[in-house]
Amino acid sequence: MTTTVSASPFAGLDAERFATHLAQRSYLPAWWIAAKQEAWNEFTSLPMPSRTDENWRFANLSGISLDHYAVPEEPSSRVPHLPNFPHASEIIFSNRQVVGRTGLSQELADQGVIFAPLDEALRDHGDLVRRYFQQHPVNLGGEKFIALNVAFAACGTFLYVPKGVKVDQPFVAQHTVTGEHQSVFPHTIVAIEDGAEASLVEFFVSGDQAAHLASGVNDLHAGQNAQLTYIGAQNWSPDTLSFQANSIHAGRDAQVQCLNVHLGGRQARHESHSRLAGPGAHCDMLALTVANGAQEFDQRTLQTHQAPHTTSDLLYKNALMDTAKTIFSGLIVVDPEAQHTDAYQTNRNLLLSDKAEANSLPGLEIQANDVKCSHGSTSGRVPAEQEFYLQSRGIDPAKAHELIVFGFFEEVLAKLANEHLHAVLSELIKSKFKQS
Amino acid sequence: MKSLEIRDLTVALTASPEQPIVKGLSLTINTGEVHAIMGPNGTGKSTLSKAIAGHPDYQITGGDVLIDGESILEMEPDERARAGIFLAFQYPAEIPGVSIANFLRAAEQARLAEGENVDAAAYYKRLYAKMDDLKIDRKFTARSVNEGFSGGEKKRCEILQMAMLEPTFALMDETDSGLDIDALKVVAEGVNRLRGERLGVMMITHYQRLLDYIIPDFVHVMYDGRIVKSGDKSLALEMEAKGYDWVKEELATASA
Repeated sequence: MTTTVSASPFAGLDAERFATHLAQRSYLPAWWIAAKQEAWNEFTSLPMPSRTDENWRFANLSGISLDHYAVPEEPSSRVPHLPNFPHASEIIFSNRQVVGRTGLSQELADQGVIFAPLDEALRDHGDLVRRYFQQHPVNLGGEKFIALNVAFAACGTFLYVPKGVKVDQPFVAQHTVTGEHQSVFPHTIVAIEDGAEASLVEFFVSGDQAAHLASGVNDLHAGQNAQLTYIGAQNWSPDTLSFQANSIHAGRDAQVQCLNVHLGGRQARHESHSRLAGPGAHCDMLALTVANGAQEFDQRTLQTHQAPHTTSDLLYKNALMDTAKTIFSGLIVVDPEAQHTDAYQTNRNLLLSDKAEANSLPGLEIQANDVKCSHGSTSGRVPAEQEFYLQSRGIDPAKAHELIVFGFFEEVLAKLANEHLHAVLSELIKSKFKQS
Repeated sequence: MKSLEIRDLTVALTASPEQPIVKGLSLTINTGEVHAIMGPNGTGKSTLSKAIAGHPDYQITGGDVLIDGESILEMEPDERARAGIFLAFQYPAEIPGVSIANFLRAAEQARLAEGENVDAAAYYKRLYAKMDDLKIDRKFTARSVNEGFSGGEKKRCEILQMAMLEPTFALMDETDSGLDIDALKVVAEGVNRLRGERLGVMMITHYQRLLDYIIPDFVHVMYDGRIVKSGDKSLALEMEAKGYDWVKEELATASA
């Protein structure tokens, strides 16, 4: 008698699935395969976060179970359209595979610019990728999920801009996940060399409303006097569990601007670590979150000033509705040699519901004696007189809240130099109000 | 012709509903008419206008407010506004980050049927024309609503909104307060331009001065939550000459 076992179309996050993933990449550099193997070992050996872990204070730990998720083998045709705005080049991923791409202009290619899917970049520019891969990892509690990312990373982009090359229009990547319990692991590496300028915009979207898992990692490097702008716009399905770790490394006189917009997901954790490594380096760390329903957004940040005359400015704004919850935990660390540091950290929460919960844990750790540092957090309801004023002009309460939230966010959006991106992000944020 | 009828209205603070501020006030305002309501401080003038607009701090504890015979008391503040009520605030709220252009556009959008959209080109053309009328710099459209505005700018911004939204009944709460004479003239000119068959105005003021520039059809003196005297514009001059104590004395004599 024969028994037919109907195989699940997708395998879970297990050793067998990892072995298949690795076997498909035997053509990639040995160091990469070794890094993946090491990451897999780390993922399996690290415990899940526990109640006593300070890095996970206030977080809903029962929500981050990784059981039942699978790693997709095939792309899906359900891929939302990329917002329409001028850009240098785009790469679209669906379920970890490239499904759309526009090439670089000849001019950029001739200048040595590389914008490629990670696997391709590893195949063609392995040593260059290695120079920037996980050089400055994030250690804010999500190490297990970063290890999972590295183990399964395939989708993600490598953006390399050589010395002195300035690219006006942004590079764009879209990561899409589709299908019940499917997962994606975008790993993005950006290297803007000395005196170069470029920006990258990443959209994280679901092709359907199913439950997904996403664990993304970014390694962002700005060389001496380089300008790097990074925008991550996360709009996963409402049932997605999301982790993201951003690492920013700013060299001497580098200017980095990093904005993350958080809209989607059931529970989304975002860790961001900026290292101001060279004198004169500056980093803007910005985030906008619209939390509704029972969503939880958990943001952990670290600004490390390692060199003198460095500046950083963090502004995280959360708008909370319904029974949503946000956590902001931030720390500024000023090393003893980082004199004349200016570092700011501000978290503002706008509560549009009595049942929403905003937690804020700002912190400073200063070892230099000639610095300017400040941190602050505020949480408040929509002022009643603002609400009535808008209503007295015929605007209904829901639209009045939307306007007030946009007004609250404008301080951050106004920092974007690219007006097309300002419009694209505004539209994206608006779409969340249309759903609810 | 449309009418706003205030019928034996009593109003209290929502926080202390047992202590009425407006105590049985009746007044009918028809479109085409400008009614001035004068009176000493603390007599319930502002309370009256805010309660009609639906301010949540005030509770209507008796009587009714009707537009063309239909009560508006069950309506939310935004519904009352769309039904034709406009409150020009004594102290307009500042709304950080919301530009005047976006704010007024949202207010216009709110008056359109589902699926219709504001025609952006026509909207800006109309907005700029009204701004020019009110001597408001066109750059103001990009500024946040009332944020950092001078007293005069805030009041002109209120009149601009009124000009754009074309209400049926405007309740103007001490629009003259905090204005120097030049700003007062601009505001008055703006209101005079809006006067006409399709607008009824209730103009609350503490001072006769405003009435030199906006000539009312009717003047009412409010005292202790009620209208105690009504007349034409000559009543305002009489009030100016004799002061509010005259009304108090007259009332005391009448009740004695």
